Amino acid sequence: MGPLTIITFLPLVGAAVIALLPKESIKAVRWTALGTTAIVLLITLSLYPQFSPGLIGINDPASFQFVEKADWIPSLGVSYYVGVDGLSFPMILLTALLCFLCIPASYGIVKSVKGYFAMFLLLETGMMGAFVSLDFFLFYFFWEIMLLPMYFLIGIWGGPRRVYAAIKFFLYTLVGSVLMLIAILAFYFNVTDPATGQHTFNMLTMMNQENHSGILLINSVRSLLWFALFIGFAIKVPVFPFHTWLPDAHVEAPTAISVILAGVLLKMGTYGLLRISYPILPDLTRNFAWFLAMMGAINIIYGAFCAMAQKDLKKLVAYSSISHMGFVLLGMSALTSAGMNGAVMQMFNHGTITAMLFLLVGVIYDRAHHREINGFGGLANVMPRYLGITAVAFFASMGLPGLSGFISESMVFIGAFPVWRTLTIISILGIILTAAYLLWTLQRVFFGATNPKYEGIADINSRELFTLIPLAVIVIYLGVWPHPVMELMNTSMTYLGNLVSGSGL
Amino acid sequence: MLGLALYILLAPLVAFTIVIFFGRKLPRGGDFISLFAIWSGLAASLYLFFTQMLGHYDPAFALSYRFDWVTWGTYKLNIGIAIDNMSMMMLVVVTLVSSLVHLFSVGYMKGDPKYHRFFSFLSFFSFSMIGLVLADNLLIIYAFWELVGLSSYLLIGFWHEKDSASNAAKKAFVTNRVGDAGMLIGMLICFTALGTLNLVELKDGVAQGHLAGGLLTAAGILLFMGAVGKSAQFPLHVWLPDAMEGPTPVSALIHAATMVAAGVYLVARLFPILTPDASLVIAYVGGFTAIFAATIAVAQNDIKRVLAYSTVSQLGYMVMALGTGAFTAGFFHLVTHAMFKACLFLGSGSIIFAMHHVLHNIHSHDDAQDMRNMGGLKKYMPVTFWTFLIATTALAGVPFTSGFLSKDAILGGTLAFAMEHPKHWLLPAFGFAAAGLTAFYMFRLVYLTFYGTFRKGSEAESHLHESPRVMTVPLIVLASLSIFFFYAAPAFNPTTPAGGWFATLFPTPENVTLASGRYVSPASSRLGDEAVEPTAEHASGTEALHSAHLEHLAHNWAMLISILVAGLGIWIATLAYYKWKIDPEKWRLRFGVAYRGMYNKWWCDEVYKATAINGTLGLSKGLAWFDGAILDGIVNGSATVTRLFSTVQGWFDNKVVDGLVNLTAMVVGFWAHFVRSFQTGQVQRYLLYTLAGVGIVIILVVI
Repeated sequence: MGPLTIITFLPLVGAAVIALLPKESIKAVRWTALGTTAIVLLITLSLYPQFSPGLIGINDPASFQFVEKADWIPSLGVSYYVGVDGLSFPMILLTALLCFLCIPASYGIVKSVKGYFAMFLLLETGMMGAFVSLDFFLFYFFWEIMLLPMYFLIGIWGGPRRVYAAIKFFLYTLVGSVLMLIAILAFYFNVTDPATGQHTFNMLTMMNQENHSGILLINSVRSLLWFALFIGFAIKVPVFPFHTWLPDAHVEAPTAISVILAGVLLKMGTYGLLRISYPILPDLTRNFAWFLAMMGAINIIYGAFCAMAQKDLKKLVAYSSISHMGFVLLGMSALTSAGMNGAVMQMFNHGTITAMLFLLVGVIYDRAHHREINGFGGLANVMPRYLGITAVAFFASMGLPGLSGFISESMVFIGAFPVWRTLTIISILGIILTAAYLLWTLQRVFFGATNPKYEGIADINSRELFTLIPLAVIVIYLGVWPHPVMELMNTSMTYLGNLVSGSGL
Repeated sequence: MLGLALYILLAPLVAFTIVIFFGRKLPRGGDFISLFAIWSGLAASLYLFFTQMLGHYDPAFALSYRFDWVTWGTYKLNIGIAIDNMSMMMLVVVTLVSSLVHLFSVGYMKGDPKYHRFFSFLSFFSFSMIGLVLADNLLIIYAFWELVGLSSYLLIGFWHEKDSASNAAKKAFVTNRVGDAGMLIGMLICFTALGTLNLVELKDGVAQGHLAGGLLTAAGILLFMGAVGKSAQFPLHVWLPDAMEGPTPVSALIHAATMVAAGVYLVARLFPILTPDASLVIAYVGGFTAIFAATIAVAQNDIKRVLAYSTVSQLGYMVMALGTGAFTAGFFHLVTHAMFKACLFLGSGSIIFAMHHVLHNIHSHDDAQDMRNMGGLKKYMPVTFWTFLIATTALAGVPFTSGFLSKDAILGGTLAFAMEHPKHWLLPAFGFAAAGLTAFYMFRLVYLTFYGTFRKGSEAESHLHESPRVMTVPLIVLASLSIFFFYAAPAFNPTTPAGGWFATLFPTPENVTLASGRYVSPASSRLGDEAVEPTAEHASGTEALHSAHLEHLAHNWAMLISILVAGLGIWIATLAYYKWKIDPEKWRLRFGVAYRGMYNKWWCDEVYKATAINGTLGLSKGLAWFDGAILDGIVNGSATVTRLFSTVQGWFDNKVVDGLVNLTAMVVGFWAHFVRSFQTGQVQRYLLYTLAGVGIVIILVVI
């Protein structure tokens, strides 16, 4: 059993252990969850020095790392095939890290603690599995596994409108899943593995254009499939206009779930595009790259404008996520090395920064029991430490130099500008809007005379700091020296960009 | 030498880290750590200045160190630090003003509950500003550019309990971001065309013609947009006057001497690659800003606001100088202005400090910064007065001051430019008019504050006293540095910087875009040219003679006119505010709309609020409504439709489909019932049915 299998299924084991624990032993449940995620994180970190950044991956079976392959349903050509490359490795790092930090952030949960943590661990299995899968069937399997615990985590442990939000999330994602399933089946029945002569779910086999046959040779069908996949993934990102589930889901979800949702699940969308749409249908991707760029620019500007109008702090952060995911789309649409690397770097950075933002919203919500931006005021003097760490997160989100967001946004701009000049210029206007709404929020929450209601409010405590400081350190460290994460992805992403931009013609 | 530069850069960063985290627990809030960092930095900068700059006296000196920062594909983006005369000069200016402001703050901020945080922010600012100066690369300039913006934000909003302070901080940051967005686009154009952002390589690339024509002009103007924001040029000047909400030492350091000069510094760095068209845009923006801000300064009553608009105006001068090709003059004014404007701001800080004390003691809530509450301070604050007066003369352009030298050089350069290109006569006109206004409003300020009688009554007057030495010593140092003497060595010519070390070390760099350019900037504006080897381009034959002649002529005329307008300004101010022979009130009414325009800052803020701000907010509300009502409406609507459909279908299923099923059952049941009625279980009946049946069969057969 290889490390990827362990990090994927250890959380499932943890969930099973939690299920067996007695209901009353909340402490044991928490410790099990914490221990499980900690071990997963440690194993993932231990892979870091073993990972060779020079290997390509993407569509080359030989250069994937930590590969495990076994037959699962041989008669259907389904195999248990996992491995990582420069695209997925940063994502599993992010997942392992955020899952671990979210456990202490969930200690405030009181309603059926056992169920919550079991669901949470199941979710981690789903996410890890989706990131490491190299078999389309397996990918879909894990993709659906993520959906279920998320539905319950929002629907049971969420806020007042949790049921509405959960169902909306579930149905919306399901629509995407169905489209993806159609595409999967179309690929399956029109791709033959030259080695066996059978149909296969192996993604890497599907990526080899020579294996395509039947309807996959018809261009209009390929376009339809590209859009089916795009919508399936776009809903996750979420790309305008498929984003309206996100603010509701975020507002209702408990803090830690928001963190996972924004930090990891949204990345699943862009990850899917890069892992599946890009190499399997490279010619279509190149044809529709302008469309991706346009959607990216729309996301950036539209999300920023919507964020500015929000009165609920969490909704504001949710819309800011939509805006920031636009940078990912813009970068990957350029297909240039800078753009592709910038996109994945932005995925990673947005994961850490937005996680901070949601955790910070959780901190204030736990104390004030509301999230009305205008309902605070003057917290700076009563919560100086909270202000300090919030400022780091806000300025990182603004793309301030010295913090990680700057690097990825700059790379996206550098990569996209030569290809999509007008759209990039429009997107750059987004950085003005971002500064405006974030500073305005900072002002309304922290500055001015202290709201007498919150004179005695407690500053951020050490448990909360425990979850925030590692993220802040990463955000600052990567802002100064982005190399440790950049080097992981460079080979793979540059290759993928070239693969797509050089395809078809 | 690079190690020394790195020390100058990093010492304040270390100080920031220590003071922000542990300052509260340290004695004196850890201010000594910040002070040590910056003063040792000053010592190092001075060492470089004297040993390298003045010691080697090499105009072409340059040293750099770089390393790979980010790699994508096979491209390695390198960053690093570069030391040349310009950055060394800036290092001295920044560390000197910063050191003095640190010292001044020890007195000024005494007793503030956030004392330690103030010093940590000062250190952070110093770090960012020094980084900006040392950066060898536009991306890193941009990075530190944003960081000084952040420090500015933190320090303007230092007293964030006041809404006005937090508003001003936000305004400063967002306004600057507008400029920065332009700068970013300019950088992207450069990078796309040349594949580098390193300043030296950029220049080489342009010289080789890889980026030229309209695109280069666009790049130049867009990069200049960053300077428009940071150096508060029209139309992005609105943030700077509001930035005076910050503590006064901050105004002196950041919003007068150093950070706002960063824009000018950037333009100076970009000077070699600016096309004539881009330069012209820059010149007009600067010239207009100079006169525009000067008119506003005339009508302000808040002492810091007068100085703020004066800063905007002076920055306009520098920008105009660079735009017209008077590189040396523009950069020179940056340096001299830093000294005397810092002196003026710290002087106003000293006054405000005293006024606070007075107003506090008489339990008054009047504005400590309003000049109408002051008067006669000369007697009680002699050091402040004399230093302030010297700096004022420098700003007004009185002979034998540094300001006279630098401003004259600018005006001379602009005039020469206009003589060469007569259709641009407006530029020197802006310059001279602004010079007159500057002399007027500065002496108005001096008379209103220091002369006459104290306007808060004699009881209050008794509380007036000079500021502590920790505050007056910086004033004395800065006032001394406003004398021409320091800049004119070794020629000691009080009329022109030419022949002095400054002009020698900072000759106008060759504009590499001129190869295909339509005009050559007149040599008259190039003060330092005597020192360098004349280039073949503009020093040969008649052209050189012509240029030299023009320079001489323009310089003399400019000197004459500027002395005249400055004298006029001072004279009118004296009549109006010292001798009170002219009634300002009457003139105020006479000017009507013009006065109201000046007083209300030409309604810039109002216009921006009505257009940009309300437009953005309106659009954001509109889109949020669209998001909630339309997009989500469609989502929820489709859910509703689906439910409706399912209800209808349910009814159909229930009534029609199931109805049919039930009908079938009913029919079957009916017949069953009917048939069942025959099955009674009585044998006699069955026999009877059988007999009847047989009977019927027989009848049918027989018949």
